[in-house]
Amino acid sequence: MSSLTEKSRPIVQLLLNTGTCPRCILRFCCVGSQMLYRHPHKDLMKDLQEFLKNSQEEEDTVCLDVADPPYKRIRLEHREEGADDLNHNGAIPQLPSAGDGNAAMESSAGNVCNVCLGILQEFCEVDFVKKVCQKVNSADYQFTSFVFSVSLPPQLSVRERAAWLGVKQQMRNLGLPLPKDDIIQLKEAYKWIIHPQLSEELGVPADGKSLFEVSLVFAHPETDEECHFLATACPDCFKPAKNKQSVFTRMAVIKALEKIKEEDFLKHFPCPPRSPKNLCDALEIQCNNGAVFVAGRYNKYSRNLPQTPWIIDGERKLESSVEELISEHLMAEFKADSFNFSSSGREDVDVRTLGNGRPFAIELVNPRRIHFTVEEMKRLQQAINDSSDKIQVRDLQLVTREAIGRMKEGEEEKTKTYSALIWTDKAIQREDIAFLDDIKELKLDQKTPLRVLHRRPLAVRCRLIHTMKSEYIDEHHFRLHLKTQAGTYIKEFVHGDFGRTKPNIGSLLNRTADILELDVESVDVDWPPTLAD
Amino acid sequence: GAERYFTRWYKPDVKGRPCEDFCVLQHSNRRICVITLAEAHPLLRSGKTIKNINYQISANCSRLQNKVSGKSKRTCLFIFQMQGAQFLTELAPLCRISSSDGEEYTIYSCIRGRLIEVNENILSNPALLQEKPSTEGYIAVVLPKFEESKSITQGLLTQKEYEEVLLKRRGSAS
Repeated sequence: MSSLTEKSRPIVQLLLNTGTCPRCILRFCCVGSQMLYRHPHKDLMKDLQEFLKNSQEEEDTVCLDVADPPYKRIRLEHREEGADDLNHNGAIPQLPSAGDGNAAMESSAGNVCNVCLGILQEFCEVDFVKKVCQKVNSADYQFTSFVFSVSLPPQLSVRERAAWLGVKQQMRNLGLPLPKDDIIQLKEAYKWIIHPQLSEELGVPADGKSLFEVSLVFAHPETDEECHFLATACPDCFKPAKNKQSVFTRMAVIKALEKIKEEDFLKHFPCPPRSPKNLCDALEIQCNNGAVFVAGRYNKYSRNLPQTPWIIDGERKLESSVEELISEHLMAEFKADSFNFSSSGREDVDVRTLGNGRPFAIELVNPRRIHFTVEEMKRLQQAINDSSDKIQVRDLQLVTREAIGRMKEGEEEKTKTYSALIWTDKAIQREDIAFLDDIKELKLDQKTPLRVLHRRPLAVRCRLIHTMKSEYIDEHHFRLHLKTQAGTYIKEFVHGDFGRTKPNIGSLLNRTADILELDVESVDVDWPPTLAD
Repeated sequence: GAERYFTRWYKPDVKGRPCEDFCVLQHSNRRICVITLAEAHPLLRSGKTIKNINYQISANCSRLQNKVSGKSKRTCLFIFQMQGAQFLTELAPLCRISSSDGEEYTIYSCIRGRLIEVNENILSNPALLQEKPSTEGYIAVVLPKFEESKSITQGLLTQKEYEEVLLKRRGSAS
């Protein structure tokens, strides 16, 4: 456990004199007690001042007792200020006199910290926390925990380095050993202070794995140009920016700080850094909920409905779509920003999907509502089904992101069954088509159909027709039921696609054949789980 | 059959050679075009036997070596493929066909675009070209540039206009 020891005195003295806030001072002294940082700013300031004053009198005792918790370390007894305090002839080497220190301390009490630019000062206070929570509550999200993320202006890393180099320089000047440099990170200390406050105000715990994110962006335009000297010192760290964005990103600045030599840094930047005039600005307080996934199976009863909106040159060619009819209701209930619809394969506009339907999954992006009971999902399903006779859904349920993989697996591996209404040019009798029923595992070579060649690469795909069952209708019509491998183009198997699917019904029957109607009878994927009604 | 989704466009008397008419079947997706012989083409007259079909149109160019192949349905691969495919202008030859009576005919692209494939089925079965010229006996598949999908039909005749050409021919013959 770290504590504020005698070794820290010169650090505290220097930083306090040069305008660093108490919490940053504790960080630079490697003080790891989270609780200490939560003490009010005023109290910490007083304690540091006491620490400095008292040490001048108690050189021998002290800060060697590491068993004491750190906060006791500096809550030494208050002494009256006497003239003695102002002059010291300590056995330890010369420090700037306590008198000078006091003056700096008093003026720095109201100043913006030269290292954190106010992040560990004003932005830890109750008022700010209340402001953040107000924003969160008014955004009206459902959440049971939160993760808090903060974006800091890049120049903070520069100032941190500058303060540390200032400390190292001072230690060298005083002939003291260089201190450990595992200082507490600013972001970490900030979270120590603000998490419990946010948690209390919002009524839910902070959790790194939470799907609900509250994010804060800080900026400090006054010092934005402080990073620029790094571009001359380490030009290869800064790639030309796209879209007028600043080339001085946090990552680039950190990389440059790793590369730059101490001497070069000291040449270009005051160490420790100068006090700024203004605080940081808290630019944005944004909330975001992780996506939720809803799965189910859909039936399609219309022969005039595309799966996704059909829009050419900004003009909608056909009204509505499978995905819109299903997602509309979900978007409204979950209050999401947008959705991503995917399904285990798809059917053409003019093809119906019967039987148990086709598995689908919808990702709802940034939903405000995330908790739905089984009952509520059932009601949602009913609402979708009541709203349209073109589609119906079943087994509507919340699933995880991982579950989506199972559905896509189905697209490539699982069989489908179809029913096709077929026309032939030359007359057929029952006996002419009976043989189809006996064909098992018919191997097809299908070139990419002409109708999709404008957007798919030319390829030959080998596909299997596992079984067929024919139903004679009349001399020019029959119905064919087929069970096929996933990815088989049925229409092309019937009409042959200019001979590019071989064999085809035409070649098998030695006639010209065409497909009048196609229905998907089943999609043989056993996901999502069937729900009891 | 498969041809009902296509609109038929015609180019008659190509290169001034009488009755050497071609048909361009344009798919309703407005992009894919199938090049075929039109019904008045000499090769489709009864009595003609095809001796040889050759996709090697010059010493350096064979339409069979058109590099358009792949297994994936990824869009990026599709674009890559299209860049490799041979680009044709209206009068780019697709193949040369000789008949047993010593005549030689050149089949032309008739439209600008990338060559997607030539029909290898007619190489193994030339009779297909004569039996089913508008379907299994097609010559090639060409994909015009997206921006040009409407303009390519400007130099071609509609079905109705072609029928008038045929009428005129019969008229002047009698």
